[in-house]
Amino acid sequence: MNTPTPVLRLENIVKTFPGVRALDGVSLSVLPGEVHALMGENGAGKSTLMKVLGGIHQPDEGQVIVNERPVVMNGPLEAKALGIVFIHQELSLAEELSVAENVYLGELPTKGFGRVDWHELYQKTDAILAKLKVGFDAKTLVKDLSIANQQMVEIARALTVEAKVVIFDEPTASLTDAEKRVLFDVISDLQANDVGVVYISHRMEEIFKITDRISVLRDGQYQGSVATKDTDEEGVTQMMIGRKLDLTRKESNHELGKIALEVRNLSSGKAFNDVSFQVRSGEVVGFYGLVGAGRTEIAETLFGLRNKSSGEILLNGEVIDVKSPRDAIEKGISLVPEDRKGQGLVLGMNCRDNMTLPQVDDITAGPFVAEGAEIAIFDQYRDSLDIRTPGWKQDVGNLSGGNQQKIVIAKWLSMKPNVLIVDEPTRGIDVGSKSEIHKLLRKLASKGLAVIVISSEMPEVMHVSDRIVAMYSGRVTRTFECGEVTEDNLVQAISGVSKLA
Amino acid sequence: MKSINVKVLLKASPIWIFILFELVFFSVAGSYLSLSDKAFMDVDNMLLLLKQSAPIGIIAMGMAIIMINGNIDLSVGATFAIAAIVLLETMSSPMFEGLGDWVIPIAWGAALLVGTLLGAINGLIAWKTGVDAFIVTLGSMLGFRGLVFMFNGENPTSHLNWTLVDFAEAQFLGLHTATWFLLVVTAAIWYLMNRTVHGRNAYAIGNNREAAVNAGIRVGPHMMINFMLIGFLAALSAVVFYSESGSVNPNDGQLYELWIITAVVLGGTKLTGGSGSILSTLGGVIAIQLLRKGLGHIGADTSTVNLVIGSILILVLFLDRQINIKGREELKV
Repeated sequence: MNTPTPVLRLENIVKTFPGVRALDGVSLSVLPGEVHALMGENGAGKSTLMKVLGGIHQPDEGQVIVNERPVVMNGPLEAKALGIVFIHQELSLAEELSVAENVYLGELPTKGFGRVDWHELYQKTDAILAKLKVGFDAKTLVKDLSIANQQMVEIARALTVEAKVVIFDEPTASLTDAEKRVLFDVISDLQANDVGVVYISHRMEEIFKITDRISVLRDGQYQGSVATKDTDEEGVTQMMIGRKLDLTRKESNHELGKIALEVRNLSSGKAFNDVSFQVRSGEVVGFYGLVGAGRTEIAETLFGLRNKSSGEILLNGEVIDVKSPRDAIEKGISLVPEDRKGQGLVLGMNCRDNMTLPQVDDITAGPFVAEGAEIAIFDQYRDSLDIRTPGWKQDVGNLSGGNQQKIVIAKWLSMKPNVLIVDEPTRGIDVGSKSEIHKLLRKLASKGLAVIVISSEMPEVMHVSDRIVAMYSGRVTRTFECGEVTEDNLVQAISGVSKLA
Repeated sequence: MKSINVKVLLKASPIWIFILFELVFFSVAGSYLSLSDKAFMDVDNMLLLLKQSAPIGIIAMGMAIIMINGNIDLSVGATFAIAAIVLLETMSSPMFEGLGDWVIPIAWGAALLVGTLLGAINGLIAWKTGVDAFIVTLGSMLGFRGLVFMFNGENPTSHLNWTLVDFAEAQFLGLHTATWFLLVVTAAIWYLMNRTVHGRNAYAIGNNREAAVNAGIRVGPHMMINFMLIGFLAALSAVVFYSESGSVNPNDGQLYELWIITAVVLGGTKLTGGSGSILSTLGGVIAIQLLRKGLGHIGADTSTVNLVIGSILILVLFLDRQINIKGREELKV
């Protein structure tokens, strides 16, 4: 064996939280100069493992070995001192502070008596920013940056120390293609300097493009590592969920109804401009674009959360004016929001009460809520949407992501909408439940509902939609019919390339 | 366009424009309504105003840090009263009788030490128990005030030292001693918050606590230091004020916390933390003192003054929201 010594090894890591064995004897090794993908469904233990690596959690059993020396890390700074840098998935930034202060957060350079050495701070940060080829400087306030640029600030942190291992947790979630290229350059630079890179992502095309090895976790257990060139998407998926996934899509064979929703030249401030589209009942229309392209903002405007500055919204041929979400619901427009836990559910409430929340005013017997009517609604949608829960008394917080999402969808379906808008329906939901949600959306359309699906995942929009509206920077660049869409022309449409052509 | 310029100006330094407005308003209104024939903008009057701003202003600097850090301290008024009692009791204590005026530094030191300790108690409890600072200091506000009453019942504690009175009434370069203390404290806190690692970390913690923790910043010790600092400043405020007055009532300092928080919020510091400016806090303090004095000048009584200040606080925060909103198309709340 002439393999190099790993820069980092994990041996039989066990981490338990009250009631959960989050990591169950996980072993992993990272070689210098390799890009090592860590994959697994949500809840498989990836984040916990990375927090152990980043010094945020301490393992109950097992050892972390850096350069063949067992180490104990109490806190992120100790991990960083050992050369382990963690680039967080959520933007972990203090927005009111400058870029430089964020890049060196927790270890600002000083010049005695705890005074910040601003000169050194700005100089070092600007040097890093130059490497990243970004268009802002060290003194910019983070709150003035776009989400993508904020992510670049996060990435800049990786370059502050002589890293031995850099962990990227879903780094591309909000990056444009150009920025992704810069990120991949950064990663190959790190590789060239014999740094081990751990790369967590759900995006298969990235995994197969940049990684050397793939390790898979399932339910806190290590499923093995494979060389990337020896496997394919199907193989990895099988390791992740333990079975094969049916991705074939049956062409919709039901008749489309009349136009349920039409939007003409709709604009709202800087968010989006001159947007027109139609949705027929029985049709699923996908909205695809990068983060910040204005998709969510359109949904918010349709749902009365945001004022339009010009344009018209027509529902069943009539011009309507949506003043508030209540107004939208009454007119038959429902929105399943992007952030399931934050905006869609009351996690500490049981399944039934979550489902009937928007209409609880209406199902009353005298001054009291009619329990029987509530349970009837719950039973109906549990069966029709196949929601797996021990009973209506279960707190929603205890359900899996897929079932939580179904509860949210059921909640809005029970309001009997004409138009259902679903924003990122499968974010944070594992692969198996994803296809179930997709089937559900198709089924709802086949029953005559007009469905709008907003998604950042290309396979998802391509799989679920009858037509796809591509957006770039607040404008519709192209509307694709089912037959004409390919990955290539879709990517071009959302990155603004086809507009130039 | 003119309206845009006004908006930009308001955004940049709203509190100083508000002060300017107050000055103009009270000068004009005063010339019609005031009973005294002195102008409102009289130099002596303004110097006195700064001096009167000092007790609240000195503590407000500490409160600004605490609030930028993402906490709040309701116990400052009670700490203020305890420090005052410690100051006066030490000076009248038979133990130091032979020392003459050398008792002054001892008494000052004792008061400042006690204030710092009380702050440390708040900080330690909030840190180690994880209970929200609002609750912790609500409890200590009641507790500390209880201590004040336990000490001397309903009776005032008094001791007048003429050397101290002379010191407190002195004017250097036209400004009173108390004003100098306020200015020095403001400068020191400004330096602390803008130039030191501790200050920048305090901003980071208030802004995004999780990010700070992820970056390895130890939230607890920073919080502890800030609470000790505000305790120290509450005591310093008492020391400066009671050196001159020489008598403390057990109810002194009550509602200080609310005036102070009002001043800090008027100065633009967010209740949620992470954002705020020390200089604007000084502006907030002066703005409130101007309101109280100005309304008195045109003949309003105390209850009217409170009503007006309360309304203005809400109005200012509403205007601030309107100005900072990015447009009509913003997401509704």
